[in-house]
Amino acid sequence: MQYIDRLQVRKRINFRLRLNSILKYVFLGATLSGLVVLAILLIRTVSQGFAWIDWNFITGHLSMDPEKAGIMGAILGTFWLMLVVVFFTLFLGMGAAIYLELYAKKGRIHSLIQTNIANLAGVPSIVYGILGLTVFVRLMDFGSTVLAGGLTLSLLVLPIVIVSSQEALRAVPQTLGEASYGLGASKWQTIKSIILPTALPSILTGSILALSRAIGETAPLVVLGIPALLIPFPGGFMDRFTALPMQIYYWTLDAALVEEYANLAAASIIILLLMLFILNSIAIYIRNKFQHRF
Amino acid sequence: MAVQTQLYAVPAIEKKESKNKNEVEKESIFETKSLNLWYGETQALKNIDLKIPEKSITAIIGPSGCGKSTFIKTLNRMVELIPSVQTKGDIHYKGSNILSKDYSAEALRTDVGMVFQKPNPFPKSIYDNVAYGPRIHGIKKKSILDDIVEKSLKDAFIWDEVKDRLKENAFGLSGGQQQRLCIARCLAIEPEVILMDEPTSALDPISTTKVEELIQSLKKQYSIVIVTHNMQQAARISDQTAFFLNGEVVEFGKTDELFTEPKDSRTMDYINGRFG
Amino acid sequence: MTTKNVSVNTANLSTKQLMNEKKSAASIKNVFEKMVPAVLFLFAAVSVLTTIAILYTLITEAIHFFQRVSFTEFFTSTNLKPLSQNPSFGLLPLLSGTLLSTIIAMVVAGPIGLMAAIYLSEYASDRVRKLLKPMLELLAGIPTIVYGFFAFTFVTPLLRSIWPEIELTNILSPGLVMGIMIIPMVASLSEDAMNSVPNTMREGAYGLGATKLETAIKVVIPAAISGIVASFVLAISRAIGETMIVTIASGSTKNFSFDVTESMQTMTAYIVEVSSGDAAAGTTVYYSIYAVALTLFTMTFLMNLLAKKIARRFREEY
Repeated sequence: MQYIDRLQVRKRINFRLRLNSILKYVFLGATLSGLVVLAILLIRTVSQGFAWIDWNFITGHLSMDPEKAGIMGAILGTFWLMLVVVFFTLFLGMGAAIYLELYAKKGRIHSLIQTNIANLAGVPSIVYGILGLTVFVRLMDFGSTVLAGGLTLSLLVLPIVIVSSQEALRAVPQTLGEASYGLGASKWQTIKSIILPTALPSILTGSILALSRAIGETAPLVVLGIPALLIPFPGGFMDRFTALPMQIYYWTLDAALVEEYANLAAASIIILLLMLFILNSIAIYIRNKFQHRF
Repeated sequence: MAVQTQLYAVPAIEKKESKNKNEVEKESIFETKSLNLWYGETQALKNIDLKIPEKSITAIIGPSGCGKSTFIKTLNRMVELIPSVQTKGDIHYKGSNILSKDYSAEALRTDVGMVFQKPNPFPKSIYDNVAYGPRIHGIKKKSILDDIVEKSLKDAFIWDEVKDRLKENAFGLSGGQQQRLCIARCLAIEPEVILMDEPTSALDPISTTKVEELIQSLKKQYSIVIVTHNMQQAARISDQTAFFLNGEVVEFGKTDELFTEPKDSRTMDYINGRFG
Repeated sequence: MTTKNVSVNTANLSTKQLMNEKKSAASIKNVFEKMVPAVLFLFAAVSVLTTIAILYTLITEAIHFFQRVSFTEFFTSTNLKPLSQNPSFGLLPLLSGTLLSTIIAMVVAGPIGLMAAIYLSEYASDRVRKLLKPMLELLAGIPTIVYGFFAFTFVTPLLRSIWPEIELTNILSPGLVMGIMIIPMVASLSEDAMNSVPNTMREGAYGLGATKLETAIKVVIPAAISGIVASFVLAISRAIGETMIVTIASGSTKNFSFDVTESMQTMTAYIVEVSSGDAAAGTTVYYSIYAVALTLFTMTFLMNLLAKKIARRFREEY
């Protein structure tokens, strides 16, 4: 009893194989389509903004006149933000990760914190903005300062730093810690001198990536009421400031009024992307240079 | 595009009739000629010359890492799925070289079915598992599919156990049942050859017995090549046996002869349990 | 072992004695050892505090809002005129904007992301995958403000040259750009799911003569379906919460409509507009952003929870 006609099967195979290879290219095309858009985005932005980048643009003060406008204030503001974010996330993130990975007993509290961190990572950034506005700007009365902005962004990226630090700690082989305990070292001694140094490159890599996420964030800063006005360069944590993404935002909005502002926005995007590129390169460098392979 | 059309070319079906005229030994279904295979730098198969007769059971034995699994996967070109595999030499199946570029692996695999080491049903119903093959080969009619599913499950000795729950997920079956289902799935595409890669290694003794009985009943219709590391199994069910060692065929002959009076001392050592 | 110890003690002292001597100083150390986990626990607790703070602020301020505006009005009115003489606070216009931009984004990111996942997990060689995946993830690393700029200054003019009826700010353009932005999310999570389908299952299909396409569509995707659905749900949640692209490119018209060519405001864009405006604390307008934010938070939270549930079921299967 033959149900399957070999001749038919063979005739169909050509069709099936052709369909397979056509769709293979469709799938490849889909994979590349996003990259094509990215390429268009980059080329467009660079060609629009590159001519506007000069010494005056980078070091100058903000100005209503597009020809004179500079973004030093925004660059400095972003650097001040980075300082706050690095300080808070590195300590809090690393500490929380050490607690969760090495101290906490795997129980209700542990899983509560863990679930909570996972949930926080999915909260829209604008909600953090509202939190910052309510707690840091108004309740603690910091105003729209570097500190308020930095704390808000720190809370925003803290879950990312904790999770990546946990992964880094988990990747340290248990045998290393056991060797240290075997010599009579205490827990904290072992963590401080064996586990943490081994995991540090990965922790730093993760933290730098989180930092680059933070400095590109705009929505929370808008909600905090960060201006892009003619204000003095920030010189401390309690100073008012503006930041690169805010500058891009306002220039994009105002491009409807003054066309050249769109070019200034493009130029600022180039600077911002350049900063992100440098941060990411540092992260990759650290990972490749120092990461231990087990 | 010209190259692609080449790729899809499938040996003409008329070759079947012309078989008798060819010098290929009448009853051999596979014939390998100085078959060599490398995984990257390591050579896994060395100059294999084997004639595998049709409508019988050929067992392939040998210690682990001897290339027996690699060999059987070369017969339906599953080995190609591993990156960095290179082959040299010929495998003739019904007169055409299946290793040649213009032989479609998909066409080959509809003729040469395979049963794997671990039962690997799809996460679908029992019915859909068996119907999967016929469906991809273009059979859509429900009544025909029903017949194929019933016949295949009956031929695989599992019909009575599953006939009332064809719509249930195949994962609910026991390991032995799953393996017989996988055999049924393979029978549904009506292959000429069934390759079995240690099909009972993951099963308990009772299931193993059932599958062995099944394999014996299948040899009337199908040519079967079975890899096993269980020498008793080879002795029980096969008609001829090939002993592989370090990627080479040490000895190939009738199963009774190979097990009772092996010609090679290494075969003797192996079947007496001196290594492996 | 400091040099100080060595200099004080004579040469006869063994290492052992030296170590014992140091132990006398160990009691302070013991206290320290016990304090470390307590301090670190406080660090870890910051994340829990953050959640509590978010919930507390959103809920208490939203309560102020609902004391002035009824639940029914907020959730059923199609009118949103926060600054008019006779203000009304209907959420539906914002909801329609959010819904529409999310649907457009998913129409782009769903199929393209899934196809990319199929390519990466079923077709690409290891080398190609290792090259393409990080490149694709670059897309996710671009700040959203840059996408907003791109949508407003490039995609919208492009769309208007093809389809002149489109308004200067519209929901279509940011939706499309948002879709591009979340492709990597769908692609990489779906690919993870497809990758964790055991290879033996693929072998089973190939062994029956199935092509890669048939194996992917009829075996791998059905086997990985819960992981794939979870990735879609997460992407939707991401699109709902996305702010800058829509704020810049879709304007601030509070429009209950499903016309993609029109300007429309999303929930996130409304929060931006009100909070960066001059709404004085204590006014109904000011409290309204908390009600909107609470809705937004609840929606994304439920989506994330759902995604996790679905994904967990997937892990249980294998």
